Parts: sequence; structure tokens; C-alpha cells
Amino acid sequence: MLQQELIPHLFRTEYRKIVSVLCHIFGIAHIEIAEDIVSDTFLSAAELWGVKGLPENPVAWLYTVAKNKTRNHLKRDALFAQKLSKEIKYTSDTTAEIEIDLSPQSINDSQLAMIFTVCNPCIAAEAQIALALNLLCGFGVQEIADAFLTNKEVIYKRLKRAREKLKSEQIKIEQPTADEMDNRLESVLSTLYLVFSEGYYSSNQDVTIREYLCFEAMRLVCLLVDNKPTNKPQANALLSLMCYHSSRFAARTNENGETILYENQDTTLWNKELIERGTYYLNQSSQGNIISKYHLEACIAYWHTNKEDSTEKWESILQLYNKLLLIEYSPIAALNRTFALAKANGKEAAITEAEKLNLTDNHFYYSLLGHLYSGINNEQAIDHYEKAYRMAVSVTDKNTIRKNIEALVP
Amino acid sequence: MKDFLLVFRNEHVSSTPMLSPEEMQANMKLWMDWIGGIAAQNKLVDRGNRLEPDGKVLRPNNVITDGPYSEIKERIGGYTLIKAESLEAATELAKGCPILNFGGNVEIREIGAM
Repeated sequence: MLQQELIPHLFRTEYRKIVSVLCHIFGIAHIEIAEDIVSDTFLSAAELWGVKGLPENPVAWLYTVAKNKTRNHLKRDALFAQKLSKEIKYTSDTTAEIEIDLSPQSINDSQLAMIFTVCNPCIAAEAQIALALNLLCGFGVQEIADAFLTNKEVIYKRLKRAREKLKSEQIKIEQPTADEMDNRLESVLSTLYLVFSEGYYSSNQDVTIREYLCFEAMRLVCLLVDNKPTNKPQANALLSLMCYHSSRFAARTNENGETILYENQDTTLWNKELIERGTYYLNQSSQGNIISKYHLEACIAYWHTNKEDSTEKWESILQLYNKLLLIEYSPIAALNRTFALAKANGKEAAITEAEKLNLTDNHFYYSLLGHLYSGINNEQAIDHYEKAYRMAVSVTDKNTIRKNIEALVP
Repeated sequence: MKDFLLVFRNEHVSSTPMLSPEEMQANMKLWMDWIGGIAAQNKLVDRGNRLEPDGKVLRPNNVITDGPYSEIKERIGGYTLIKAESLEAATELAKGCPILNFGGNVEIREIGAM
């Protein structure tokens, strides 16, 4: 790897690790000091490596320099050191003895603890997502703003508020106890699921950013599954779901960046290895007696790994959506359930059910009605599709709807 | 939106004919499709529960009998909680309940605040 690529790469992979370890030592009140030390370390790397050439082991170099900078900071800022030695449970009263452990185990434990801190229910969901991308994935403010299609100012404020909240609530950076685990894990999984969905479903045209968001969400769920206390059925189910979905990455966009709908995807482009991993984690998730919404969604995704229609497939998908809706209502689940109902019980039955949904502010609702009326009453179908067309925002959605209308016009 | 209790009643028959696994599954599908339809409208509050057929009735002076069957022909088979704008709308949601296909009935009652 070339040097100009190496530093951004290491920034991606190492920044968050060192920050996690330092935050773990310093506590939530001093996140900024941890970040400053690590940023400063990378700045030194950029300066020195350019002049002296690459060190033999760049990662080890970064760790050593980060440790030294931390020690220097503690020496310089005696007041901070004093506060710190009170906060943390080290028995020594001399700052030089504060151990900065950057071993793989310590990094692992610190990152795990940070996940629970960032996904603390005291912070609003959208702020948790921004904070997760910032602290756990090493995204800068601009990158997060790009991912959310918003401006830096908005993200900056969101992060600032979230950090202040963590401080004012004095949230400890630690893994929850076994008793609290299921409860706390729920909010972690839901945030990581949102990060993934943001990447998978967003209207952002930048495929690289979107895939990167999905990849990062998967990396963090992997971290949960790889650690015994957090290796719970629901975490495995979420990872399974993510593997199945991401197996279709290469097939879902064409060379112009336009979305290719599931029905039209080239299945040879589906990633077999990810599908197999999805099935592996789905099997893992069946140990225990929890059926979370991630289990149901992973099972639905499993059925979608086979494009061929069968009675069994659609009946299973319909029943999974029925169960999913009993756990948690969402408009998209209601719409998908009605689509499956049409496949399993016929379009007439589905039209009756669809008209009761009344999701009149959702263009997918009118697209669904357009689909259901196609072949039954094409005039009505066109009417619904036209409503959907007027409401749709993204070019991809508009194109898809237009093609559907064209297919119906005699 | 107000909350409503749906009470499912069916006629008490002393020996329920055994359903085949296929019939049980078909029956289950009818229930799930019906309740899934209510949930898809975001009008399900609590799917409720099925009640086991056996029960006891306690009356004053510690008189205990095995179920209320001597006086009434029907028994409660289960309940579900839904939400709707009015009693009429709640009744509309109850339509399609599979118990109606098997000679049972649904009682719809608004839940009064305590």
C-alpha cells in the first residue's frame, strides 16, 4: 500500500481502537482529550513518515506514540491526572503507572464497552447513529453529513448534544452486567440495524458511502457475536439478516448507479459466500427460545435468497410478516405483508386488505395498489401508479413507476 | 382511538373432534391472516391469548364447580385487544374472525378507563 493511502487506511482502522481504549481509561467526561491525543498521533505520523519513511510496523508505531502522548499529557496536566486517578480505579497515585493497554483483548473490550455507551437509550436514536459512526467507525463530521444527505452544521450539533448528554448523565463506559444484557443489547442492535438500513435503503446515490455504512454496521454486529456475553440469538439473527441483504449488493445497481429491483436482478451476481454466512448465523440464532423481529426478518430474507416463486415460499413469507407485525408495526412491514398476501391468497383478497391500510402519504402504498389492480382493473391501476409517481421523490422510484404505467397503457 | 376487547366465544361441545395436523394448520393460518390484517392497520393493542377449556367457577360460600357449563352453552375461547375510532369501527375489524366460520361469535366491548 502506498504511503498516501496507508495513513487514511490506518485512520479508518486504528483511530477508533485507540480512542476506545483511551475513553475506556479516561471516562466519558474526557472523550475530547482522547480524541485530541489520537488525532495528534496521526498528525505526527503524517509529518514524520513523509520525511523519514515508513516505520517497520506502522500500527505498533501509532500505539507507542499514542501511549507516549497520553503519558505526556498526564504529566503536563497534573490536575487532569489527579481527577483521573480518582475516577478510575487504579491503586497507584502516580500517573506514570497508569497502564495504557493496547493489546487486542483490551481493544476488543474497550470497543465493546463503547458500543454500549454510544447506544445508551438516554440519547435519541438518530443521535446514537451519528455518534456510533463518529466514535465507533471513525467517520468525520463531513462523512456523516454526506451519508445522511445533510450539512455539517446539523451533524455537528447533533453530536455535540449527544456528547453533552452522555456527560451530564455520567454514563459509564462499561459492558452491561449479564442481568442487564438482553435489555441493553436491544437498543444496541436497533441502532446498528438503523445504520445498516441507512446504507441499504437510503436514496443517497453514492454507492460507496452506502456500502461502507452497511459494512461498518456488520463489523460491529460481528464484534458482538464474537464476544461471549453479547453472542445472543438476536445478535446472530441481525447478522444473518445483514449477510442475506448485503449478498445482493453487486446485483442491485447497474453501471449508471440506478437501482435494479429484486425481480430483475441477475442472481449470478448474488454473493454465495454471504448467503452461506447468513444461513450459518440464522442457524446460530435458533439456539435459545427468543424470537426477535430480527429472527423473523432474517427468515424472510432467507426465503428471498431463492427467486423462484412457490406456494410454500409466499405462504411462509406471509406468516412471517403476520408475526413481525404482531411484534412491531411499521408501514413498510404492512405493505410487504399485503404484497405477500396477494402472492399467497390472491390479488382480490389483497386489494380488500390493502385499501384498509390507508397509508395515503406513502408512495409505496399507491405503487402497491397499482400492482394489485394490474390485470384486474388496469384503469384503476394506472390511477394509483400516477398518484405514486407524483409523490415519489427519487429518480429510481419515478423511473420504476413510469415503466409500470407504460406496461399498462394499451 | 379507543381500546376494545374482543371476546371469542364458541359453543361448548363435550367432545371436540380431533383436528388433523393439516386442519390445525389451515385453522392457524386463518387466525394469523385475520389478526395480521388488524396489525397491518396498526390497530392491534395486544394479540391476547387463547384460554384452556378447563376452568372452575367460585361462588359465595366456597361453592366451587367445574366450569360454567351447566348454565350456559357457550364458553370463552380467547380474547384480543384492538383499537378503533368507534364501536362500529371495532365491529368492522372483528368481521372476518375465523371463529365465525365455526359457529362461534365475537363480542366487542369498549374498555372503560378505571
